[in-house]
Amino acid sequence: MSVAARAAAMLIAGFARAVTAVRGIWQGVAPVPGQRIYFANHNSHGDFVLVWTVLPRALRRRTRPVAGADYWLASPLRRFIGRDVFNAVLIDRNPDTRTADPVLQMGNALAAGDSLILFPEGTRNMGGERLLPFKSGLYHLAAQNPDIDMVPVWIDNLNRVMPKGALVPVPLICTVTFGAPMRLSGGEDKADFLRRAEAALTALAPSEKG
Amino acid sequence: MDTHFIILLACVLAVLLIATAAAQVLKRRAAPGDLTIQNLTARINAWWVMVAVIALAFAFGAAGVVILFALCSFAALREFLTLTNTRAADHWALVAAVFVVLPLQYILVGIGWYGLYSIMIPVYAFLFMPILSALRGQTENFLIAVSEAQWALMIAVFCVSHVPALLSLQIPGYEGRNLFLIFFLIVVVQSSDVLQYVWGKLLGRRKIAPNLSPSKTLEGLVGGVLSASVLGAALFWITPFTVVQAFGLSLVITLMGFFGGLVMSAIKRDRGVKDWGHLIAGHGGFIDRLDSVIFSAPIFFHIVRFYWDVH
Repeated sequence: MSVAARAAAMLIAGFARAVTAVRGIWQGVAPVPGQRIYFANHNSHGDFVLVWTVLPRALRRRTRPVAGADYWLASPLRRFIGRDVFNAVLIDRNPDTRTADPVLQMGNALAAGDSLILFPEGTRNMGGERLLPFKSGLYHLAAQNPDIDMVPVWIDNLNRVMPKGALVPVPLICTVTFGAPMRLSGGEDKADFLRRAEAALTALAPSEKG
Repeated sequence: MDTHFIILLACVLAVLLIATAAAQVLKRRAAPGDLTIQNLTARINAWWVMVAVIALAFAFGAAGVVILFALCSFAALREFLTLTNTRAADHWALVAAVFVVLPLQYILVGIGWYGLYSIMIPVYAFLFMPILSALRGQTENFLIAVSEAQWALMIAVFCVSHVPALLSLQIPGYEGRNLFLIFFLIVVVQSSDVLQYVWGKLLGRRKIAPNLSPSKTLEGLVGGVLSASVLGAALFWITPFTVVQAFGLSLVITLMGFFGGLVMSAIKRDRGVKDWGHLIAGHGGFIDRLDSVIFSAPIFFHIVRFYWDVH
C-alpha cells in the first residue's frame, strides 16, 4: 500500500470513528486472524468502511470488500479509495455487460488467502424492509469454498447517519455485530442456504426502537 | 493562581492514588473475576484519563476549557440523537444542530456574549429547527421528532455549555480566577456521584427509585450529598463564597446532580438501554458521566451570576 493510500485509510477510519463512534460487537466469533467471508446488510456506501474500521489491524490488511465497479470506478477519487485504499474486489453487477464472472473474481481473492466483505443483497437497501432477498453469489461461494467460515455482520444505524441523498452525515453511534460463523451443510440447496443466511443476519439486528 | 492550581491537582492525584490502592486491596480480597471489582477498577482508570484531560484543558486556560466542553457536547449530542426517533426528513435540522448550533454556542460562550448564548438554543434553535424539518413536508411523528431534537440540544449543548460559561462571569475581587469556579462545580458534583455510590454500597437499604435506578438508595443520597457538600465548604478558599455559602451552593448542585441522574435514567429505561454510550470504560457514555453536571451547571451559573456577578 502506498503512503498516500495508507494515510487516506487512516483518515477515512478516523472520520468514520468521529462521526459514528463505531464499535465492533464480536458476538458469535472472535476477532482473530483466519480466512473468512463476512456478509453484511447494505444501506450505505460507507458500510464496508465501518466493518473495516472495527477489524483489528492484522485482519484489515487481509480483508477486501467486494463492491460495484460502476460506482467505484466512476471518478478518480472513488477509484483511488476503492482500488488503492481498500483494495476492493470490483465486480460488474450488470450480467449483460460483464466480462468477468463475479464469483470467479471473489474465488480468486479467496484463493490468494484474503478474506472478503460482501453485501449479498447486491444493492443498497433504501426501503423499509430490514433486508432485501440475497443474490445467489453467496451460495456459489459457499459451495466452492466449503472450508471457509461465512460470518454474518449486522451494521446498525448507518442508514440514519446518511439517509438517501444526504451530503453531510449526522453523527450517531453505530455498531457492527459479528454473528456465529456458518457453512453450507451437506444436502442444503441454494434456496435453503440463502434463507438460513438471511435469518442469521436478521437475527443480529437490534429489535426496533420504540 | 498557579500555586493553587498545583495544590489542587496534587490533592486530586492523591485521591486517585488512594482509590487505586484501595481497589487493588479489594481486588486481592475478592474472588477472581468479580464483576463489581472489575467495574470499579475500570471506573478508577477512566478517572485517571479524565483528570489528565481536564488538567490539560485547564493548562490551556479559557480556550482549552471551552474546546474541551465543546467536544463533550459533541459526544453527548451524538449519544442523545442515537436514541431519538428522528426521521430522514429531520436530516437537515440535525446537521444544523450539530455543525452550526453547537459550534456557534461555544463561540458565543468563548467571547462571553451572555445575551445571545443564553437564548440562542431556547429561542432561535427552538423555532428554526422545526422550520427546517417542516420544509420537507413529512408530518408523520413530526412533533415527537422535533421535540426530541430540541431536548437533545438543550441537554447536550445548552446545559453543558454553562460549565465554560462560568468563565465569563465578572465577580469583583475574583478577576482571573473563574477557572476555580469550574473546578469547584466539577469536583463537588462528581465527588457527590462517587460518594453516593460509596455510601450506597456501604449502608444502602432503602431504594429511592427502584423503577428508574435500582442502585440509588436514600442512605447513599443523604451520605453522598452531605459529604460532598462538606467537601464543597472546605473548598471555599478557591471561590468567592464564604464557608456557609459554599456549603449551601454545594447542597443545591449535588441535589440537582442527583435528580439529573434520575431524569437521564428514566430516558435510558424508556429507550431500553443501560448506558448512553461506551466510550468511557466502566462509566458508559459521556452523558452517563455528565448527567449530574448537565443538571447542576445552569443552576449554579445563574445563582452565582444573580448574587455575585456585576451585571
